Amino acid sequence: MNKPIDHAEASSEFIAASDHIEFHDRRLWDLRTKRDRATAAIPEWEELRTLASQIKEHTLTHLADYLEQFERQAQANGATVHWARDAAEHNQIVHDIMAARGAKSLVKSKSMLTDECEMRPFLEQRGIEVIETDLGERIQQLDDEPPSHIVVPAVHKLRTDVAEVFARTLGTDPNNSDVHYLAESQRRTTRPSFLSADAGMTGANFAIAETGAVVVCTNEGNADLSVHLPRLYIASIGIEKIIPRTEHLGVFVRMLSRSALGSPITQMTSHFRVPRPGTEMHIVLVDNGRADRLAMADFWYSLKCIRCGACMNTCPVYRRSGGLSYGATYSGPIGAIIDPTYNLRKYSTLPFASTLNGSCTNVCPVRINIHDQLYKWRQVIAERNALPFVKKQAMKMGGKLLASPRLYRIAVEAAGAGVEYLPRIMMYSRANAWGKQREVPAAPAMTFRQWWLKNRGKP
Amino acid sequence: MNTREEMLARMRRSQPAPVALPELPAFAQGGGAAAAGFDAFCEALQRMGGKIAPAPAGGDADAAVRALFPDAKVICSATPEVRGTRTLDPTQSPAALDDVDVGVVRAAFGVAETGSVLLTETELQVEALGFLAQHLVVLLDPAKVVATLHDAYRDPAFAQARYAILMTGPSATADIEGVLIHGAQGIRSLTLLPRAA
Amino acid sequence: MKVALFVPCFIDAFFPDVAVATLELLERFGCEVAYPLDQTCCGQPMANSGCHTDAAGAEALFVRNFAGYDHIVGPSASCIHHVRENLIAIPQTDEVKHVRENAYELVEFLHDVLGVREFPWAEFPHTVGLHNGCAALRALRTASMSELNETPFSKPLTLLSAVKGIRFAMPKRPDECCGFGGTFSVYEEPVSARMGYDKVQDHHGAGAEYIVSADMSCLMHQKGCAERLELPIKFLHIAQVLNGVRE
Repeated sequence: MNKPIDHAEASSEFIAASDHIEFHDRRLWDLRTKRDRATAAIPEWEELRTLASQIKEHTLTHLADYLEQFERQAQANGATVHWARDAAEHNQIVHDIMAARGAKSLVKSKSMLTDECEMRPFLEQRGIEVIETDLGERIQQLDDEPPSHIVVPAVHKLRTDVAEVFARTLGTDPNNSDVHYLAESQRRTTRPSFLSADAGMTGANFAIAETGAVVVCTNEGNADLSVHLPRLYIASIGIEKIIPRTEHLGVFVRMLSRSALGSPITQMTSHFRVPRPGTEMHIVLVDNGRADRLAMADFWYSLKCIRCGACMNTCPVYRRSGGLSYGATYSGPIGAIIDPTYNLRKYSTLPFASTLNGSCTNVCPVRINIHDQLYKWRQVIAERNALPFVKKQAMKMGGKLLASPRLYRIAVEAAGAGVEYLPRIMMYSRANAWGKQREVPAAPAMTFRQWWLKNRGKP
Repeated sequence: MNTREEMLARMRRSQPAPVALPELPAFAQGGGAAAAGFDAFCEALQRMGGKIAPAPAGGDADAAVRALFPDAKVICSATPEVRGTRTLDPTQSPAALDDVDVGVVRAAFGVAETGSVLLTETELQVEALGFLAQHLVVLLDPAKVVATLHDAYRDPAFAQARYAILMTGPSATADIEGVLIHGAQGIRSLTLLPRAA
Repeated sequence: MKVALFVPCFIDAFFPDVAVATLELLERFGCEVAYPLDQTCCGQPMANSGCHTDAAGAEALFVRNFAGYDHIVGPSASCIHHVRENLIAIPQTDEVKHVRENAYELVEFLHDVLGVREFPWAEFPHTVGLHNGCAALRALRTASMSELNETPFSKPLTLLSAVKGIRFAMPKRPDECCGFGGTFSVYEEPVSARMGYDKVQDHHGAGAEYIVSADMSCLMHQKGCAERLELPIKFLHIAQVLNGVRE
């Protein structure tokens, strides 16, 4: 449970599947390119980022007040509001709402929060059928694999993989990997579930304190189908999703899909406020570590996240290792700064699965300083003694060597320092890792210092 | 202390020093780079996969819909401008709309920036119509187009309607290998029919 | 102008020509260049691993070497960025603050402090893929970033464009990270190597004969990748090109 995620090992396997990694990298870079084109068309884009960041920071620094306002409004709208301190409480609440009404089947649109809470197995073990309706989430559910990307959950799969999964679970033709056929198969087999489900569930991209509305952005319309057909609607919402007023949606909705996919808006941008007559609406507000994160002076900014996935699309490491290599619900750059709050030891490797290049920070619509937080997490991890022993020793040795001019010169100028011998500072303890896929630099005849003494002879 | 009190107390203890709420600047007040107007709206909607039909000859929307979907067996309209083949019955279970080939609605307004139309339970009559129908025809008054999403969100519908959707073209997905599919779960096509209210 | 030359450890050990070119270039512009003999490293490898206490010794040594100089110039953006922004493992005395505030990367020193634009001794009749390392680009801001809506600019390109005969080839992903990332290059070797392979193949595919950068660490990694791939592409530091190397 606590074993650190071996991201490097997982990435090695990912890279070995050459068709898959080639597609994965190309597809997500394409989303990044589309994002660039969309944002370049908006002269006020950088200003919008600042506004979005400030609105979120304002809300988070007044979070309790806004949640109380949201609750008041939602209750006035006829919704029931529940509070869940953690994942277990969330799952129990959802179960109890359904069980009390004899509800046995649940259709749901995409919600990272419910993945984070591991809600599905909890409900399924208690006899409730849960059907993911987002195409990517459905593929992953049928394949018994977590989603790999928060916006395109099955981006790591090729059509042939999907054909195999659907043939196995839906009875489709295993030899037909035509994408239209596969999508139509999922449409055809999910439709009956929409029509007969006892309950529907969505997450929330935004929750509006001013009106008690729950805002859900999809391209498929599966959130709307999940809500408008069953008589019971449950919305699971992380407390950080609150924004103060409807007018702020002008900022956030303008930014969300442009950042995620490069389109100006998702096809279906839905605002659920009041339950249909004769139906019920339940809202579960979930903490699960968010308030604790709010208290972290260096790391609370990650709560601004609007789950656009732009950081994943731009991250050169994510594109070449895939979301599953991070071993957590939230992967990529945002995952690397959130996950250590859930389990420092298990996710201690994630902040190091980064070159600190900073592209993520640049594409974040709410100006989360992701790469700065990655750097700070590394300090926390080192201080809490959660570095691998071998790396810790290498850093100690490197630190001593580089603090001493004499020891440094011995290491660097050692006689016979040939192509096989790199100074300890470069080799660390994974002595052969450099040379696995790269040539090792040739050692020159003299170091610069030696050249200086020979040619300039003075300090 | 129950969970609610505990959670709120924890938040209040944890909240960092207050950050002021920014005012939304002038560009959010109806200016902005987005060109206003029906033509810009149509361009944006087409880019999102929507179709634009010519304004109905003689204003006969009913005939226009039948001409657009000659093979449709069930046409269900939420607007009196189009008769359709079946009366929309809000007292029935929404699942009864499962066999609707073409749904017809009139949108409250359009948004030029994105090509979106606003629909609420008033325009839809039965919310599920906009999602169970295989195809949707949306009537829109070309004079009722606002420039940007900032303008759209000033509409009182978002505070007053039970349900509001900014719908922008048909249901879509690109979840499998990035291949664009229309009609992922909801409507396979959205056709805009311009007609003054 | 009196300038202290900072030679990052790996340049001292593996690419002394880059330090020589930096020295000669500064002297061509009339700088009186001192080279503190006891310098080793800025502390970045340890600090980037979160090991600040282990970085303290190197950082203190760095300050001892460079105290008393008003301009410290080093041909490495990531090292200079570390000195300016993250040299925090040691008490922040006035001396430390002075060193931190007066450390410059070579390109920004030439472009902003010396303000030079002409290199009449230089000629480089080859096709060059310019690589802006992520520290130079996103930390030191020596060029505009493709993610942002900002007016395009590039200090290294401005300087290189003055070199007679030089031609540029634009790769498909001009500012995607090349994958060196310090200790990342060994601890996340699979992704690091793949990123390096993609980078050099991108430049090669665009027609570059040389990849030129202000960051030798990036080049060391890319060179290692290109050589393993047997790609006919060569690598030079920007100091070498500006100083007049012909090939």
